[in-house]
Amino acid sequence: MTVRPGWMRRLAGSGRVELIPQGRMSGPMPWVIAIMVAMTAIALAAGLALGNAVSAARAEIEGGVTVQIIEPRPEVRAEQAALAIRAIETMPGVAGIRQVPQAELDALIEPWLGTGVTGAAAGMPGIPVPSLIDVRLEGAVTPAKLAQIAQRVEQVAPSARVDAQSNWLKPVFEAMLSLQVLAMVVVALLAVALAAAVLLAARSALGTNRNTIEIVHLLGGTDAQVARVFQRSIGYDAAGGGAVGLALALVVVLALGRRFEGLGAGLVDYGALLWSDWLWLAAVPVLATLLAMLTARLTVLHVLRKML
Amino acid sequence: MTADGEIIHFDNVGLRYGTDREVLSDLTFTLHAGRFYFLTGASGAGKTSLLRLLYLAQRPSRGGIRMFGTDVITLPRAELPVMRRRVGVVFQDFRLVDHLSAYDNVALPLRVAGHSEQDLAGPVRDILEWVGLADRMDAPPATLSGGEQQRVAIARAVIARPAMLVADEPTGNVDTDMAAKLIRLFDMLNRQGTTVVVATHDLDLLRKVPDSLIMRLDKGRLSDPTGALRYPPRKLT
Repeated sequence: MTVRPGWMRRLAGSGRVELIPQGRMSGPMPWVIAIMVAMTAIALAAGLALGNAVSAARAEIEGGVTVQIIEPRPEVRAEQAALAIRAIETMPGVAGIRQVPQAELDALIEPWLGTGVTGAAAGMPGIPVPSLIDVRLEGAVTPAKLAQIAQRVEQVAPSARVDAQSNWLKPVFEAMLSLQVLAMVVVALLAVALAAAVLLAARSALGTNRNTIEIVHLLGGTDAQVARVFQRSIGYDAAGGGAVGLALALVVVLALGRRFEGLGAGLVDYGALLWSDWLWLAAVPVLATLLAMLTARLTVLHVLRKML
Repeated sequence: MTADGEIIHFDNVGLRYGTDREVLSDLTFTLHAGRFYFLTGASGAGKTSLLRLLYLAQRPSRGGIRMFGTDVITLPRAELPVMRRRVGVVFQDFRLVDHLSAYDNVALPLRVAGHSEQDLAGPVRDILEWVGLADRMDAPPATLSGGEQQRVAIARAVIARPAMLVADEPTGNVDTDMAAKLIRLFDMLNRQGTTVVVATHDLDLLRKVPDSLIMRLDKGRLSDPTGALRYPPRKLT
């Protein structure tokens, strides 16, 4: 380390003299913190995006009920569908109802069975496909509401099957929630790993600078003064490393965001980050810096307490 | 300091490191304000250990120590720094902070005590001038000679005007001329009211401060060749 002339150091450091030799962004610590912050921010972004996707999808389908008329004879199927719609639309709490048009049904099965298999377009008999009725309730679907609808529909359309839309996606939601919990656990583990890395760095720095610390102690320096020096040093490293880590994470998150946008795949489209999520991501390096400074302070004070 | 001028009182003090035998045994003596004390004894007699007790780097294994009227054995750890600021120390190996300049090394006790840069600049320059290092203020210790490092260490020890100055073999690493100059420096400080305790095995030094009192350590025990340790102390003739 080169020692700058005193006047230069005092000028640069606003009169503050470094008790322990420090090189800004030197050594492995800032880069360890950069990697930790980048991984934390990416894991947090994934968790938040999953949370957004689950919330948006749940809001979208939580009041949705699907009625299927599973009847092979087309004319009976059409009649039962019309009767079921009439029976449901007069029920209290129904916000909307529509029969899914044949064209939409054809489009739904086209990827698996090809075109024209229902025979609807050519007016020919084809594979019987159930009629679908999409019902929107004013609130969330409860088992009681579902049973009421099923009971009413059964009277006019014996071939009907009534399902809450959220039931279909329940396993998907559960899987997404598990991933969200996993992301949060990763964030917590990274925070612990960061604290452990800082603890080791602080102990190592204490060992390296033991002579200076002893001198400062013998000249009447307090534990708090020594701890402040280490806290500040780690704080600079953590702030620098954190900024680099956040920049890296933002590049990754934005790049992944573009990739998922390109998929145009249902639930994934709901996983965009909100402005409050970006604030959380921006807070990661700040929180990492505070955690690093607190860890350094507590470590140094703990070690110093063993000295007279 | 007490009314009778006592600044340090050791009462049957013993010190051992770990489970080894005692390196200091049954020390009972009093140091008085404004006196110049030489602590002599062969290598391994316990001089450095006794000095470590004086500058509060160590607590004794047994016995009592009173410093500036305060029982330091029961003094809470948090209050030790304030007590330490009243004692200036010149270490045998100087113990300058390598990455700080001569100026910053000397300023360290004042910074630790919370003085502003504005307040400490004048005194630090004055004292470096006084020890003849006005032109080496920005030099790091590694570029200073042994004698210059010693003078920086002395300047650092006295910059905060301590009530007592403790020096461990301060002339051990310098030539005869420099040793004489350093002792004159200590004598000058003593005449300004600072109690000085100098550990040395160089008996020639004793003659250079005629009014000094001698404490002799022998295998961790204190002998009293001059009567310096009695109260009132008798001057060396």
